Amino acid sequence: MKIIVCIKQVPDTTEVKIDSKTGTLIREGIPSIINPDDKAGIEAAIQLKEKYDAHITVLCMGPSQAETALKEAYAMGADRVILLSDRAFAGSDTWATSLTLSYAIKKLDYDLIICGRQAIDGDTAQVGPQIAEHLNLPQVSYVTDIEKIDSYLKVKKIFEDGYQIIKIKSPCLITVLKEMNNPRYMTINKIFNICNKQIIENWTINDIDMDANLTGLKASPTQVKKIQTKSVKASGKVHNVEPQEGVKLIIDKLQEKFII
Amino acid sequence: MTDIKKYKNILVFVEQREGKIQNVSLELISKAKELSEKNKQQVYTFIPGYKIDETHAKECFRYGADKCFITNDELLKNYTTETYTKVVTNFIDKFKPEAVLFGATTIGRDLAPRVSARIHTGLTADCTSLDIDIESGNLLMTRPAFGGNILATIICPNHRPQMSTVRPGVMTKTIVKETKTIKIEYLNSSLTKDDVNIEILETVKTQSEKKNIEDANILISGGRGLGKKENIELLNNLAIQIGGMLSGSRAIVDNGWIESNYQVGQTGKTVRPEVYFACGISGAIQHIAGMEESELIIAINKNPEAPIFEVSDLGIVGDLNQILPLLTEELKTLKLKKEA
Repeated sequence: MKIIVCIKQVPDTTEVKIDSKTGTLIREGIPSIINPDDKAGIEAAIQLKEKYDAHITVLCMGPSQAETALKEAYAMGADRVILLSDRAFAGSDTWATSLTLSYAIKKLDYDLIICGRQAIDGDTAQVGPQIAEHLNLPQVSYVTDIEKIDSYLKVKKIFEDGYQIIKIKSPCLITVLKEMNNPRYMTINKIFNICNKQIIENWTINDIDMDANLTGLKASPTQVKKIQTKSVKASGKVHNVEPQEGVKLIIDKLQEKFII
Repeated sequence: MTDIKKYKNILVFVEQREGKIQNVSLELISKAKELSEKNKQQVYTFIPGYKIDETHAKECFRYGADKCFITNDELLKNYTTETYTKVVTNFIDKFKPEAVLFGATTIGRDLAPRVSARIHTGLTADCTSLDIDIESGNLLMTRPAFGGNILATIICPNHRPQMSTVRPGVMTKTIVKETKTIKIEYLNSSLTKDDVNIEILETVKTQSEKKNIEDANILISGGRGLGKKENIELLNNLAIQIGGMLSGSRAIVDNGWIESNYQVGQTGKTVRPEVYFACGISGAIQHIAGMEESELIIAINKNPEAPIFEVSDLGIVGDLNQILPLLTEELKTLKLKKEA
């Protein structure tokens, strides 16, 4: 089985803080990580490999610093890692990003494409399904379990109020949730390999035969019109009082608002 | 490039599960109604499904629909990506709406990107506010990014329709006052069995009996400050006494103290109850993004510097182990007094 895992390198948004004076994001010192849902995708691919024998290619679109993410993917157990990086891709929205990735994927062999459900910096959950559409593949999103049966996959898809077990034929695309597994650490041997040889393949727009008019900012249907930091709601009073007094304040407030 | 002048009216994709229209769709119809009054357009609603009829259409009209379109097909009884993508795409091709709104549910977030890629237009996910620029006809789609740290307003100026998803609970459903004649148009489905490219082997409901936290009037929410799993009981007792529901921050879901369906925040649910009790929740921005629209926010926290106090209407610095049982007792006493 040939598996492609698409990953994104993201700032660890749980570490992002706002400068309360200027109202801007403090970016310095924010670590970059493999997006958690995508990392679960790498782990899921490795587990499939352990059970059914597979070849895993990890594909990452991003700036050159995303090499770190690919090195980690390799050290976890990916067989081949590709960085898709070109100035022409800059400013791509989800439509252009998914099209670009689909051009790269067309250059590869695959039975299964795994994407993380969504990236923590954008939370759109769009790129996976859009890649599937550009490649005309069946898809199942929100997956937490994958099993291979002959040429089919049996997957578990999560809904708000339950789940479905779905049979899907290869080739196909699934998007996975970080809750599905605990990604393993890098192995020492593989880390050693990273240090000693060039393991990352660098692809540009020329490697994927893509017209530059189809990617990047100008090919993106959506545009950012305005960015603002969130205005904090005017806050009420904070009371540092004895528990009994605190309870009284709460009761008064609830009565004032006719809750009780 | 699309001839954008040919596109008119706002379409709401009406999501139904087992024939029941989802609340988020009604919320979106109300929002669409508000937008359509601004630019004098109509609110179209489209319900693909099986055995969908006038009763469903009436529900859409109650919240502001001007016209309801229905496609019935046994192949649409259960949601699958391809069948729904096909009927929604066909609808858009035929009726050319200027904007299309989807609920940001597991279904909407599976369907909308697929549709947008097929018809080559932009899609903005999880919008928290929608407005229309009357001059350009551009939909101003505002959404949080970077884990809720910033708000970005997105436009889709050169492609139509402009598509966006909105999470449940973000917009408010409002019953319209005027009664209109209900206009329903039944559309044929052109689906064949080949359009079903996955097979659903099993569907399991895990919480059909339970209420969703989005629908609760009062939420008693706990965070890491609870200290231990047993303290959930303190929240529970208060919830029972005041007639509220239990919810929590990501921290206590990750700890396995409550189920993930009860998680409030950027990666959980967006809630706007009448009263939100934040007990032992420090108020990470991701959490605040999911509850700041609550009518009344009461925070209890040991740490006077906790960011939760910045969005609270009433903040009590103190130990929830003491305050919660006292509060529950006090409410009980008050209730007994009232009854007497």
